[in-house]
Amino acid sequence: MSKPRSHRKVIVIITVAVFFMFTFCFAMVPLYNAICKATGINTSIRASEWSKPAVLASAAVDISREVTVQFVAVTNENLRWDFYPRVKSIKIHPGANNTVTFFAKNNTDNDMVVQAIPSMTPPQSIAHFHKIECFCFRQQSLQAGASKEMGLTFQVDKDLPPEIHTITLAYTLFDVTPKTNAKKV
Amino acid sequence: MTTHTDVHAHSHPINKGFLSWVARWLFTTNHKDIGTLYLLFSLVMFFVGGVMALIIRTQLFHPGLGFIEPNFYNVMVTVHGLVMIFGVIMPAFVGLANWMVPMMVGAPDMALPRLNNWSFWIIPFAFTIIISTLFLKGSGPNGGWTMYAPLSTTYGPPSMDFLIIGIHLLGISSILGAINIIATILNLRAPGMTMMKMPLFVWAWFITAFLLIGAMPVLAGVVTMMLFDRHFGTSFFSAAGGGDPVMYQHLFWFFGHPEVYIMILPGFGIISEVIATFSRKRLFGYPFMVGAIAAIALLSYVVWGHHMFTAGMAVGAQLFFMYATILIAVPTGIKVFNWIATMFRGSLTFETPMLFALGFVVLFTIGGFSGLMLAIVPADYQYQDTYFVVAHFHYVLVAGALLSIFSGVYYWLPKWTGHYYNETLGQLHFWLTIIGINLTFFPMHFLGLAGMPRRVVDYAPQFMPANMLCTIGAFILGFAQLIFVYIVIRAMMKKGKPADARVWEGSHGLEWTLESPAPYHSFSTPPVIS
Ligand SMILES: [Cu+2]
Repeated sequence: MSKPRSHRKVIVIITVAVFFMFTFCFAMVPLYNAICKATGINTSIRASEWSKPAVLASAAVDISREVTVQFVAVTNENLRWDFYPRVKSIKIHPGANNTVTFFAKNNTDNDMVVQAIPSMTPPQSIAHFHKIECFCFRQQSLQAGASKEMGLTFQVDKDLPPEIHTITLAYTLFDVTPKTNAKKV
Repeated sequence: MTTHTDVHAHSHPINKGFLSWVARWLFTTNHKDIGTLYLLFSLVMFFVGGVMALIIRTQLFHPGLGFIEPNFYNVMVTVHGLVMIFGVIMPAFVGLANWMVPMMVGAPDMALPRLNNWSFWIIPFAFTIIISTLFLKGSGPNGGWTMYAPLSTTYGPPSMDFLIIGIHLLGISSILGAINIIATILNLRAPGMTMMKMPLFVWAWFITAFLLIGAMPVLAGVVTMMLFDRHFGTSFFSAAGGGDPVMYQHLFWFFGHPEVYIMILPGFGIISEVIATFSRKRLFGYPFMVGAIAAIALLSYVVWGHHMFTAGMAVGAQLFFMYATILIAVPTGIKVFNWIATMFRGSLTFETPMLFALGFVVLFTIGGFSGLMLAIVPADYQYQDTYFVVAHFHYVLVAGALLSIFSGVYYWLPKWTGHYYNETLGQLHFWLTIIGINLTFFPMHFLGLAGMPRRVVDYAPQFMPANMLCTIGAFILGFAQLIFVYIVIRAMMKKGKPADARVWEGSHGLEWTLESPAPYHSFSTPPVIS
């Protein structure tokens, strides 16, 4: 109407803002994980962040300090698997490597592929908990009725905040069989 | 409104018949026509959503009633929320903006009239798609209006895809509307109408438009991710594939909390106009009122976490969101106190718009206080997912947003139609509405504190008396709205006392310099502002 030019300016600026916010929403996906990892403000962490073994500079073991690590294992939805840690909790020293095993058994009549997704409390400990080897790094497959022991080797570093005495590591087992089959086809 | 046909007959070729009548409304670019369309659409959807509310309340009249299937109950809860938010409150406010913003700033029309036509006509299509899900095979959307993953992804019925498309359309409509409002306010103000002379309703809508620009694209993004998770094998919200369902909640509420203010800030604007008029005084503390709205809008972007205290959040984040949320009480308090100060020593009269405004101030404040209670983390652990939350958000959305819309409609109806509404019936509508609201929603506070969970189709017998009260209140509230329809139709049919330009004794502002009903084309030459 009276000022078509300035209308165009408003339209352009707002359209850019709209696209910025739309992109921002998708940018939140990597940012979310980066923020959660850096600040430890979430209890879960994406599997991709844990899928690589930690590379640690060898450090002296702090035998003066003892931390309890508890293990929880559950299966998602109606997944008919047995899944539990062989030991419910262990006492460890920061800086030392520890190995525990989890037992898994496929109770169904089908060959299945599963993925374990970790979650940890308190969240502040996530940045100080390093997995050197873990069954959660990759998908695990079991034939119908088969079972196996799955290993986890980890280390808690010495920078773990002093007020933390107990860390709980929980695994949820997800059925990822259909997806893998679909890829093969 | 039919009233315009004769007023603007000179500007259109006179052709009769149904098709030309359809074309006149379908292709109209006049801000008053589009405002009317928005408002009438919102009124129709109000009854659609209202019937759903009554179905819900009938089911909950006493435990174990079995009036409807549990899944259909979930569908009703979901679609009731979506209809009331996107189909009633938002279109009603946009309709009021279309009617009043150009008249209040002395503009001849909205800045982008064709875009305006588009942004309205998208909405009926969007809601046809959304409502059609109720009749689809399988089930309508049943995961709540928040559409949390995995309820909407892994477990979502096929109709979720329809809902996603509907939400995309509504988002586009809102964004186009917001662009139009911002362009109108920035570019089409009459000479002398500086920003700080604008009526508060215009200011409120200006800031709301920016909230829409910031929030709606995030909603569009998050439902797009949902669509991808459902059909294209991505795992944005699926932990099995490396995603995180909690991220859905973060993104949704990053939209959701500004959305809350999108649904209340225009109401603040209306109430500020109405209280000043019926107190026959200028609004107290105008610059602070503008500042308070801006402060609320800014804060609304950093408080989304208060919807997720129990979803797994670190203590530091909980504290931050708690304090940020409580901080919003400061600008909101400024507004409430300024409304009271405006009334102080004014010569008050209590016509229907003023009654609704006063009802708003009292009841919205109750809703604000229950919001403060919910903002406190340890208390929220107790209240979350109970009827206390339901009571809270119905006090801010029904007793807040809806009452402000009624107030605005009664206030401007004589300007739109040239005829006063029936004052006796208006007051009857007010009192029945107020009684209905409090009877429906007040007992819900106690139900929640006593531990009744929300989103349940059945409940423990000890909650029965309060639930019966709620249901009785809901029916009073629902049927009282038929009075409103009658009042509006009467005024539209030009029954009732004719109104002069001022309409109200204490009114001031550009819209009241135009004759009543407002001419089809107003301010073709800009008015002079003294
Ligand atoms: Cu909120």
